[in-house]
Amino acid sequence: MSEALSHEHAGSNVTAVVDDGYNYKVVRQFTVMTVVWGIVGMGVGVYIAALMIWPQLSLDLPWLSFGRLRPLHTNAVIFAFGGSALFASSLFVVQRTCQARLISDGLASTVFWGWMLVIVAAAVSLPLGINSSKEYAELEWPIDILITIVWVLYAILYFGTIMKRKVEHIYVANWFFGAFIVTVAVLHIVNSLAIPVSMGKSYSIYSGAVDAMVQWWYGHNAVGFFLTAGFLGMMYYFVPKQAERPVYSYRLSIVHFWALVAVYIWAGPHHLHYTALPDWAQSLGMVMSLILLAPSWGGMINGMMTLSGAWYKLRTDPILRFLIVSLSFYGMSTFEGPMMSIKTVNALSHYTDWTIGHVHSGALGWVAMISIGTMYYLVPVLFGRKQMYSIAWINWHFWMSTIGTVLYIASMWVNGIVQGLMWRAYNADGTLTYSFVESVQASYPGYLVRLIGGGIFFSGMLLMAWNMYKTIRTEQVRDVMKVEPMNSSDQAQMQGATA
Amino acid sequence: MTGFWSAWVIGLTIITLILLVWLLFATRKIKVERDDNTTGHVYDGIVEEDNPLPAWWFNMFVLTMIFGVGYLIAYPGMGSFQGMLGWSSANEHDRRAQELEESFASSISEFHGLGVEQLAANDRAVNMGRRLFSTNCSVCHGSAGQGGFGFPKLDDNDWQWGGSPDQIVHSIAKGRQAMMIAWKDILGPQNLPLVASYVASLSEGAAARNNISSVAPADLAKGKDLYMKNCVACHGADGSGNQLLGAPALNDDIWLYGGSLSEIQVSFSAGRNGQMPAHQGLLSDDKINLIAAYVLSLSADQ
Repeated sequence: MSEALSHEHAGSNVTAVVDDGYNYKVVRQFTVMTVVWGIVGMGVGVYIAALMIWPQLSLDLPWLSFGRLRPLHTNAVIFAFGGSALFASSLFVVQRTCQARLISDGLASTVFWGWMLVIVAAAVSLPLGINSSKEYAELEWPIDILITIVWVLYAILYFGTIMKRKVEHIYVANWFFGAFIVTVAVLHIVNSLAIPVSMGKSYSIYSGAVDAMVQWWYGHNAVGFFLTAGFLGMMYYFVPKQAERPVYSYRLSIVHFWALVAVYIWAGPHHLHYTALPDWAQSLGMVMSLILLAPSWGGMINGMMTLSGAWYKLRTDPILRFLIVSLSFYGMSTFEGPMMSIKTVNALSHYTDWTIGHVHSGALGWVAMISIGTMYYLVPVLFGRKQMYSIAWINWHFWMSTIGTVLYIASMWVNGIVQGLMWRAYNADGTLTYSFVESVQASYPGYLVRLIGGGIFFSGMLLMAWNMYKTIRTEQVRDVMKVEPMNSSDQAQMQGATA
Repeated sequence: MTGFWSAWVIGLTIITLILLVWLLFATRKIKVERDDNTTGHVYDGIVEEDNPLPAWWFNMFVLTMIFGVGYLIAYPGMGSFQGMLGWSSANEHDRRAQELEESFASSISEFHGLGVEQLAANDRAVNMGRRLFSTNCSVCHGSAGQGGFGFPKLDDNDWQWGGSPDQIVHSIAKGRQAMMIAWKDILGPQNLPLVASYVASLSEGAAARNNISSVAPADLAKGKDLYMKNCVACHGADGSGNQLLGAPALNDDIWLYGGSLSEIQVSFSAGRNGQMPAHQGLLSDDKINLIAAYVLSLSADQ
């Protein structure tokens, strides 16, 4: 038993933490902030969902209006909540699976505070209406430069730690985290290139259809590499850990990793079907999106099948339920995505709430639920607790998340199909059967169900925050450690394996 | 697209597809030489098994690639190669538009050659006109012609450009451009409220609402004097307007840009430029007639 742990046994106090020789401080910081930003981002989401029903809630204040808070919602959930979850898990996993402490504590600290600065700058500038107008890349150029600096420091920290690893091979989770870090850097820099005219305003160096293509090359690969590859990295560590089962297939992970990174980068044009984008680019985007189905599902199969022989654990372990159900939503949305990229389907679904539903089956079902499962795993480990304060609350949270997600996506499917059909309906004389406002009117029931679903999901996050607070503040020391301290059995096994 | 970029697109696509096939088939065969079906790697306690690729998944992967290759042969995708089917989105649009125009034409042709007044007396024609109106006109003029600030109300009997069938058809087909110049400097800033008061006094409703009776008679007389010198040419001595010029009547209580003293003052001091775009070319003559019939029917109810 490590010195840190025995020390904790002796002089336990409520803030005692265990480090096992690794830098857990930065992981702890990002873990706590994952929950905090999750609440902020989803709270804003619930508010703007309410605005869709009661627009007067904005009180006519510009910084409470939908147009300004929608980008705040998306940036907060993707980059603040999802980003913190990815920083926390990647910096934990890289240390554990490389048997190496992060190369620099100062660098780790800089990455944390730098990222928090980015988030705060976003939270101030977006409600003020400072917006580059590029979807999911709304932040203006000074913040873009800050993001670039923090991201490069993160890459140095991450890859530096991989380079000084004490194990021979690099674990598959790290391939995915690595692809995520490298590609997001390229995407962010290329898409954000702009000519500044003042501190708060710049113009993209691209124009017209080229601008649209660059934007959706970025936008789709933000989904592909930030929200898919990054979270698959998370999945590859925390699913086998929580299930205590071996990863199903090494060669499947090789095929689906390389196929995923090679094909995702082509799929952006499916966001621009039936636009000024040339036909050839639209077709290629659609074809590659369809080919993307199998590589996407490879990750789901590897995660799900890791449970073979241990399915019974789902009955008792709500954390594992979070992880496995997130994989189900992942499989569902990566099936739905290629279907929606088919031009004839897209002709119905595009610009409707179906797209919003699709995004949220990925964002709530996959990204948020796997992050939540991961955080429930990490909090006790990082704060030296046997387990979370209340397992029953985790179970409650699981059902709230699942029901909230299902309500959300089902209502948006209905709305999307209703809108798509109403917009395309015409009379025998060629006139439109419905005016646009009639389709908005028909969407109200769906908006209400969506608000309820989102509200339930959001409430689950509050329960999680309370559970996390009680776990951290309650005196209780982990007895049997879920993860071994450094220099113990893993390394022995490792040496045995490679000898 | 130049030959170079076309070759670039084709080359990259083919290389990517070939590498995917190679990745799939090469990886399928590898087998770790261990008895326990694991790679022997252990990461933080995580062992990796080496189970084969699921056959259904492998087949699905191959099928999507076969579909993709077939699609790229049939449709544009490979650079400037247009595909075997000769399909393009522009062709599809033109073909579809023509098909639909033909099918719509048959439902509209039964009204071909009928005058606007005849159409206005035909319920089916008016209904068709209403649907054409909600598709094409309602964004500005409201879903039932009720108008809006700056957009004339069509369901009354007040006509800025004339309410005869021919005048309505002209307004839709050729468009209208109203022109009220900015009078601020010509009239002099100190005189603006006087003119506004006089204009309001021309309309019974506006005079009452704006409490014109409390305005000093001398001020009203000064306002009238200025009106008679500057405004009378278009809006007439009694404020009844001029439909040939699109000059609205001022002696009724219908106000395109608001009838309060301050709104009236803004309208003539800063000027107004109402614009109705021309729809000839966008809509067939038959459709314009049907819309005109619907517009006519709106005021006939009054």
